Amino acid sequence: MAEVNEKRSIGVSDGALIPDRAEKTLFSAWRISFFGALILLGALPLISPDPFWEIIKFIPDGILRTFQVTVLSIIFALIIGLFTGLGRISRSPVINRIATIYVEVVRGIPLLVQLFYIYFALGQFVRVPRLVAAVIAMSFCYGAYMGEIFRAGLQSIPKGQMEAALALGLSRGQAIRKVILPQTFRIILPPVGNEFIALLKDSSLVSILAVSDLLRRGREYASRTFEYFETYTIVALVYLVLTLFLSKLVAKMEERLTRQDRS
Amino acid sequence: MGEQLPRVRVVDAYKDFGSVQALRGVSFEILAGEVVLVIGPSGSGKSTMLRAVNRLEPLTSGDIWIDEDHVTGPDTDIRKIREEVGMVFQSFNLFPHLTACRNIMLGPMTVKGTPKEQAEREARALLKRVGLSDKEHSYPGKLSGGQQQRVAIARALAMGPKVMLFDEPTSALDPEMIKEVLDVMLDLARDGMTMVVVSHEMGFAKAAADRVVFMDEGEIVEIGPPIQFFESPVQDRTKRFLEHIL
Ligand SMILES: Nc1ncnc2c1ncn2[C@@H]1O[C@H](COP(=O)(O)OP(=O)(O)OP(=O)(O)O)[C@@H](O)[C@H]1O
Ligand SMILES: [Mg+2]
Repeated sequence: MAEVNEKRSIGVSDGALIPDRAEKTLFSAWRISFFGALILLGALPLISPDPFWEIIKFIPDGILRTFQVTVLSIIFALIIGLFTGLGRISRSPVINRIATIYVEVVRGIPLLVQLFYIYFALGQFVRVPRLVAAVIAMSFCYGAYMGEIFRAGLQSIPKGQMEAALALGLSRGQAIRKVILPQTFRIILPPVGNEFIALLKDSSLVSILAVSDLLRRGREYASRTFEYFETYTIVALVYLVLTLFLSKLVAKMEERLTRQDRS
Repeated sequence: MGEQLPRVRVVDAYKDFGSVQALRGVSFEILAGEVVLVIGPSGSGKSTMLRAVNRLEPLTSGDIWIDEDHVTGPDTDIRKIREEVGMVFQSFNLFPHLTACRNIMLGPMTVKGTPKEQAEREARALLKRVGLSDKEHSYPGKLSGGQQQRVAIARALAMGPKVMLFDEPTSALDPEMIKEVLDVMLDLARDGMTMVVVSHEMGFAKAAADRVVFMDEGEIVEIGPPIQFFESPVQDRTKRFLEHIL
């Protein structure tokens, strides 16, 4: 089914982190980067325990926080994205317009500004905890990008699928749930995976709200000890390991889905 | 039978797509158990007419009844009618994320609330009927065109329809697969299914059709039993078209 394969490559992402499936050699770029980073993380504290071991003991709280922000934001962004995508293809002009305006507005404002806006500007009226503000801002922003991916995915399903479902007597809602969305999820997995990775990296922006994520913990440590080079080296390596791990996970999921039902 | 109500009744159907008039006053009746073949040049409104019967394409004006159900009525629950009208498409339109068996089970389970075991049993029986018992667990992507179309027919039959609509069911198939699909359709016709078939398969027409309808430019030009229709057509337009395709 060549047609399906073409459809899968809806180009939305910056793609660089999704490993090329052709690249299966022992010394693939992914392996060198991933294991290189892991080895460095293991070796540095052994070579000079003084700063490195101290740093590595200091930052796990931050990793946990980064993980929290990322996972929560991904979940909410997916939900927002799903409804935005459905809204963008809705036959109701009002819903359609609302979804489109949301996407346009959010995509037109930098994430950093949105973070400031939700925490500081809106904070003048409603004070929410930093972590909540961070997750709201990230979800709101990524929801719009996910919405565009969902829209592209939904629109890439051939019209005949909806018609066949309606002809059987399914309602539009049932057709979307049972026929259109399951196919959409498969198609959008690669671009959504890229958004996950981008979101993980962008989560470092929340350190600006004093959410003590990985980057913030590093900064706290460095400003106390003035060991900037050592600290940020560790921080960068940890981010690298996390994103590379996530990208591998996404690639594996994609492979499994592809194998499952394609000829 | 005398006063038997027609199974399908189309009265003065008009359909405009912007400035294109796809249907221009089409009327006809189909009795229960009848097999009607629809032919005509490309763009003559065959698909539009077929798709109007289950309201996939709403009419601009005119009325359609299936038995006593008013398809085009404003308060009609169209989903109830669609349950009873099976449709088979040129491009199969199987659900690629579901196995052959699941494709067939989806309608009964979702629309009728049929329990899973029963739906599965019925799906297996239908797959057997279309000669695909061994393909139960295959995804559509792994089936040939002819096999896909047979699953699509089984999927439509699973809803227990009283009318089956076929829109060029064999024209996307390689020649060697046409027969296996036509055989299934012939079997259905012999079983007494009411069928409207848009197709240029003359062999099928002669073997199974009770009447042939010729459409041109959104109108029905001529209707007749196959022998008379092909051997001594009345209208000039029909003659010219038949010369063209035979
Ligand atoms: N969705 C649509 N929007 C606009 N015009 C349409 C649409 N569907 C059909 N038409 C037009 O209506 C006319 C009849 O189309 P229809 O598909 O019913 O013809 P057909 O007899 O099935 O032709 P074919 O043999 O090519 O399938 C054509 O002129 C076609 O271009
Ligand atoms: Mg057609």
